[in-house]
Amino acid sequence: MNAVLTKEKQQDSHGRNESLTQKEKVYETKGLNLWYGETQALKNINLDIYQNEVTAIIGPSGCGKSTYIKTLNRMSELVPSVRTSGTIAYRGRNILDKSYKAEDLRTQVGMVFQKPNPFPKSIYENVAYGPKIHGIKNKKLLNEIVEKSLRGAAIWDEVKDRLHENAYGLSGGQQQRLCIARCLAIEPDVILMDEPTSALDPISTLKVEELVQELKKDFSIIIVTHNMQQAARISDRTAFFLNGEVIEFDETNTIFSKPNDQRTEDYITGRFG
Amino acid sequence: MAVNHGSEQSIQKMIFEKKQQKNKRWNVEKIIPFLLLITAAISVLTTVGIVLTLVFETFTFFERVSIIEFFTADKWYPFSATAASYGIMPLIVGTLKIAFIAALVAVPIGLASAIYLSEYASEKARRIIKPLLEILAGVPTIVYGFFALTFVTPLLRDLFPGLEIFNALSPGIVVGIMIIPMIASLSEDAMSSVPRSIREGAYAMGATKFETAIKVILPAALSGIIASVVLALSRAIGETMIVSVAGGSTPSMNMDVTSSIQTMTSYIVQVSTGDAGFGTTIYYSIYAVGMTLFVFTLLMNILAQFISRKFREEY
Repeated sequence: MNAVLTKEKQQDSHGRNESLTQKEKVYETKGLNLWYGETQALKNINLDIYQNEVTAIIGPSGCGKSTYIKTLNRMSELVPSVRTSGTIAYRGRNILDKSYKAEDLRTQVGMVFQKPNPFPKSIYENVAYGPKIHGIKNKKLLNEIVEKSLRGAAIWDEVKDRLHENAYGLSGGQQQRLCIARCLAIEPDVILMDEPTSALDPISTLKVEELVQELKKDFSIIIVTHNMQQAARISDRTAFFLNGEVIEFDETNTIFSKPNDQRTEDYITGRFG
Repeated sequence: MAVNHGSEQSIQKMIFEKKQQKNKRWNVEKIIPFLLLITAAISVLTTVGIVLTLVFETFTFFERVSIIEFFTADKWYPFSATAASYGIMPLIVGTLKIAFIAALVAVPIGLASAIYLSEYASEKARRIIKPLLEILAGVPTIVYGFFALTFVTPLLRDLFPGLEIFNALSPGIVVGIMIIPMIASLSEDAMSSVPRSIREGAYAMGATKFETAIKVILPAALSGIIASVVLALSRAIGETMIVSVAGGSTPSMNMDVTSSIQTMTSYIVQVSTGDAGFGTTIYYSIYAVGMTLFVFTLLMNILAQFISRKFREEY
């Protein structure tokens, strides 16, 4: 992890970090507002997500960070009273447009939840579930996908001898990495992580954090976290949310070393939140 | 605080005095468990009594008719004066015909309703539909019986002219309709209790609502669903009025559903309401038939428990 930070510092010493800003945009959010009934949860959000980066979203409870990440795969619309305005372009296409099928989007954009939520099935079936519902039936191919995904989520060695046991026999940390494996199995483009380590012990947390570093080579990752140290450790950019607004969005180093906004500084130094 | 202190003390004192008064009376707390035990024992003892009666009277029956004949003979002619035959198979076949037709009607419709209610219906729709279903469950079975005889049978006879007035098809369908609410309601409970996070996990993989319902929620709720189906089938097997009114009273071994049948329950009704004298073989036969029915439902419940334990998914 130190290596990551020093690398970024070196880049910083050359002035602006050009390699970061030139990356392709995965998501462009423009003027996004979201209401739960009469309550406005997101106010005029403008935020870009870049490819092969880890973007962290931080902020106190109730600031809208989970709501925002759920609009990125339209899980937010499962709440009946939700209304939105503005646009979120994913790879150039507005996902809030009704003609965009949520199922198509979610096949591209995987999600890992706060609490591990494996299906009440075997470890193998959990990982094979995604490919199966999308029509992959070839046993050999499925076996390969399962092994590759479990390896990708750094859990293969722990479960390879008990693939057909129920996933609920795993520890919380293992379940969470299984959920990541389940997500990798459909080879998504983006992985959304909604406080993925908040229910885990420190060692499992570390494993997931290391995994995130590994995964960003192949995926773009957006992670909501309560833990500012975590954001500082693993992310390339950080957005600070407060009361449904983006207060500041910048490279993580900048946010944590010289934030522009007083409120950001107050939050990261622990004055509130 | 200081002001309240005085009154707090006096409340403590009052409680203490009340308690002492209570203690002087006989100790209710110690007697209540015994009272409750007695009430619980009443139902247990009644069940034991019923089973014992069944067993004893059944033994009397088997002193007169061999148990081998009872289970192997293929004719049920208890009323024949010259060649009485007590082979229960025709009654079992009649019962199973009803249960089978009922299952064909109730399982798909009940499960589809459960999926609709738990996965698709809005809160408002659920609030209207669920009580309506439960009203269906409250209709007296004699009403269903006449519904079968005077509405469903004529309707079916228009479609299949060969259908007899008394047949297996019509009461089978109506018994099915009767147990739909049971399957729908219990299965809906089982499906609704699958945690939301598991649904979200499936949606987040790009699964549609239907894929989520069929491939995730249904298997996750399987133990509850099996239990609901078996319970409903137990009811179908034990159902009496509908088959007595619309099924006829002709014990038969064939697989034809268009002709008159007799089930175990409707035979018991026929004898109970008729004038078979006390102590006759016919009189004892209803205990043997009742015993068989009892063993049937008991085995089904044990089977259901076994299956649901084997398929149990914990979350």
